[in-house]
Amino acid sequence: MPQHPAIREITHITASELPKYAGDLFAAGHRIALVAAHHDTEQAPGGRAVRVVYLFTSGPPDTRTELQVRLDADRPELPTLAHLSFPTGRFEREMRDLHGIVPLDHPLPQRLVRHFHWPKGWYPMRPDAGPPPPFAEQEGPYPFLEVEGDGVYEIPVGPVHAGLIEPGHFRFSVVGETILRLKARLWFVHKGIEKLFEGRTVEHGLPLAERISGDTAVGHALAYCLAIEEATGTHVPEPAQRARALLLELERLHNHTADLGALCNDVGHSILNAQAQRVREQLLRLNDEITGHRLLRGGVIPGGAVLRAIPDPARMRAVRDDLRQIADLALAHPTIRDRFTGTAQLTTDAARDLGCLGYIARASGLPTDARTAHPFHTHDQPPSPPVHTHGDVLARFLVRAEEIDTSTALITDLTAGLHPGATTTWPPLSSTEAPGSGVGIVEGWRGTITTRVELNADHTLARVKPVDPSFFNWPALPLALADTIVPDFPLTNKSFNLSYAGNDL
Amino acid sequence: MSGTGLTAVAAQIVVVISGAPLLAGWMRQVRARMEGRAGAGVLQPWRDTRKLLRKEPITPIGTGPAFRTAPALLVATTAVVAALVPLLSTTTPVSAHADLILVVALLALGTVALALAGLDSGTAFGGMGASREMTVAALVEPTILVAVFAFSIPAGSTNLAAIVAGAVREPSRLASPAGLLATAALAVAVLAETGRIPVDNPATHLELTMVHEAMVLEYSGPDLALVELGAQMRLTVLLGLLASLFAPWGIATDASWPALAVALAAFVVKVAVLGAVLAAAEVFWAKVRLFRVPELLAGSFLLALLAVTSSYFLSGE
Repeated sequence: MPQHPAIREITHITASELPKYAGDLFAAGHRIALVAAHHDTEQAPGGRAVRVVYLFTSGPPDTRTELQVRLDADRPELPTLAHLSFPTGRFEREMRDLHGIVPLDHPLPQRLVRHFHWPKGWYPMRPDAGPPPPFAEQEGPYPFLEVEGDGVYEIPVGPVHAGLIEPGHFRFSVVGETILRLKARLWFVHKGIEKLFEGRTVEHGLPLAERISGDTAVGHALAYCLAIEEATGTHVPEPAQRARALLLELERLHNHTADLGALCNDVGHSILNAQAQRVREQLLRLNDEITGHRLLRGGVIPGGAVLRAIPDPARMRAVRDDLRQIADLALAHPTIRDRFTGTAQLTTDAARDLGCLGYIARASGLPTDARTAHPFHTHDQPPSPPVHTHGDVLARFLVRAEEIDTSTALITDLTAGLHPGATTTWPPLSSTEAPGSGVGIVEGWRGTITTRVELNADHTLARVKPVDPSFFNWPALPLALADTIVPDFPLTNKSFNLSYAGNDL
Repeated sequence: MSGTGLTAVAAQIVVVISGAPLLAGWMRQVRARMEGRAGAGVLQPWRDTRKLLRKEPITPIGTGPAFRTAPALLVATTAVVAALVPLLSTTTPVSAHADLILVVALLALGTVALALAGLDSGTAFGGMGASREMTVAALVEPTILVAVFAFSIPAGSTNLAAIVAGAVREPSRLASPAGLLATAALAVAVLAETGRIPVDNPATHLELTMVHEAMVLEYSGPDLALVELGAQMRLTVLLGLLASLFAPWGIATDASWPALAVALAAFVVKVAVLGAVLAAAEVFWAKVRLFRVPELLAGSFLLALLAVTSSYFLSGE
């Protein structure tokens, strides 16, 4: 039986060695899972410094490798890895905007996270940042690449949209109805979540983790708890791990159900949306019975899980049959099928280069799944995620529809032997060991969520860095949209269904 | 003659203006019930209109007369069409002017006024909506013209009242191949002209997929109420015209009060049934890709052309 969690291999290197070490890890098939900067004080083991942690993962077998680089606290500079890996380049821009760490020779030096009214030289994640300052003059313009040519025009959309969607600004360069280029500008809902975690107790960190992205309460809470448990050496009993896996699948189920309906609605076929919402309502009520919360908050707790009820397999089968019928009706409808097929294709190469995760990667032929790569409990039958290769809206619809099947089967499987009640080993009895750092990796419904925590000696949170899969997947949207027509954008956007809140943190 | 005739004209206008929001509400209600939803009720469009009329009128900075006059122009042209076309009676004081080409031109005038208003707002959405609307209109107007021509050949006139009166006398004209082809062509054209599924989705909130709604995004308050009323009136008039052309039974051909009363009841029932059928059909349809819309409309134009051709050859003249 493999050990849970897998042991993290930590290597301390200098900044100049970084490209070589990172290059070797990428060449060995690792992906960058997370980059987090820490401002160590004089009391820290290595003295005052800016410490950057690069977490690389691969699996199966579950492998986690960390590179830690110490930088000058007053003038933190790093060699960029953007030419080795696109997502790492985005992490570097995020660090520059929030911590003031300069990636040298970065090919895309524009700001990423910074709100344009933040005063120049103010970096919110630095220990001396203080409370948010009043809006000041903006730090230079935010240039959009202007596409020039006969008949090219721009359509600005958002950040405030007509529907119930989160804020994001999209700038389309269009000729006729064909999209030449799309620029998505995000981080309008930057809430400073990483900063809010600092200094909280583990118990008070949990509600925050559940609210990182409202529809991913279980995913983020579980990644947070797994990281805390590794940092404190807490053992979680097997039934609790099963309960957590069950909650994770329930979350996948209700979100995929909503998406199936919304995709049909976006092509004007609202009857299937009405039916999908009916099933979703049943699932939300089931969630309420199981955890006391319709979006499954409170189910996952540090050291264990709480279940108020166990889902009835017959009910799950009924839900599955309903959803199968809805998906079949949608796919049998010639107009819907025509709208889905070939729309906004994301090639396998592009998905791999961008580091895409979740159903978006699986619809483009990449079988990434943290449930098999980084399992937190041993499944009796490990899920085999459905993979499609076309990378279009149809593929993303099919992956969701098939994952609903896998999830309901898994839920039925996991309920066997589970009993209602709370199972937890928190707080840990043996606190002899000094708490350290921990990593939690979870296959949330959108894709792989990675959370890394470091604890203070008094068991409060020193640093929590969550990474939502949307951070990796957002750049894929403009790429998939090239040569798509403008009226197909809402459908494409829904087929990606990325989180703004989880991305903007 | 003139007493009932004038009453008929007045009744057509009043019924269309007061009934148009009810028709929209009725269609939404039918659709909601078929989808298993409760629905907002038949009166909801009237409640929306009342709400909008109470709001303060706002005009975007930099817009000119095209933006300000378009809502009134849209409602006015549609009201004139409602007075002209034979909805209740074929013998009214204005029925001599109910020329097919005039009616189509009036409808086009309203469309163009809105498209110009969309351009005038100077926003990307206004321009985008106007461009899409014109693409659709350029294919729809000829289809309406040609489809009705198929009926004007046996009637020997392009006057709509004469065509309808002729069809009441000789119902066999309707069951001819020309009649059936023209019905199909005109039905598709009406769907496109009024912005229904599969061409446009009147219920969407997604700005980027809109056709009609994108043009009128900048309107608010009383202006928006007029624009919506105008769109609802066009749907009512076109469905009424469709009913008069292809199921003219019940329409008043003489100037008697009982005939007018029967015509009014028949009109309400026919339009309500047509609206319900359309709403029900929409439940089972999805919106086609924008670039497929011209294919659909070209198909309907072809049907209309076939209708004219067969009407010409089969009329044996």
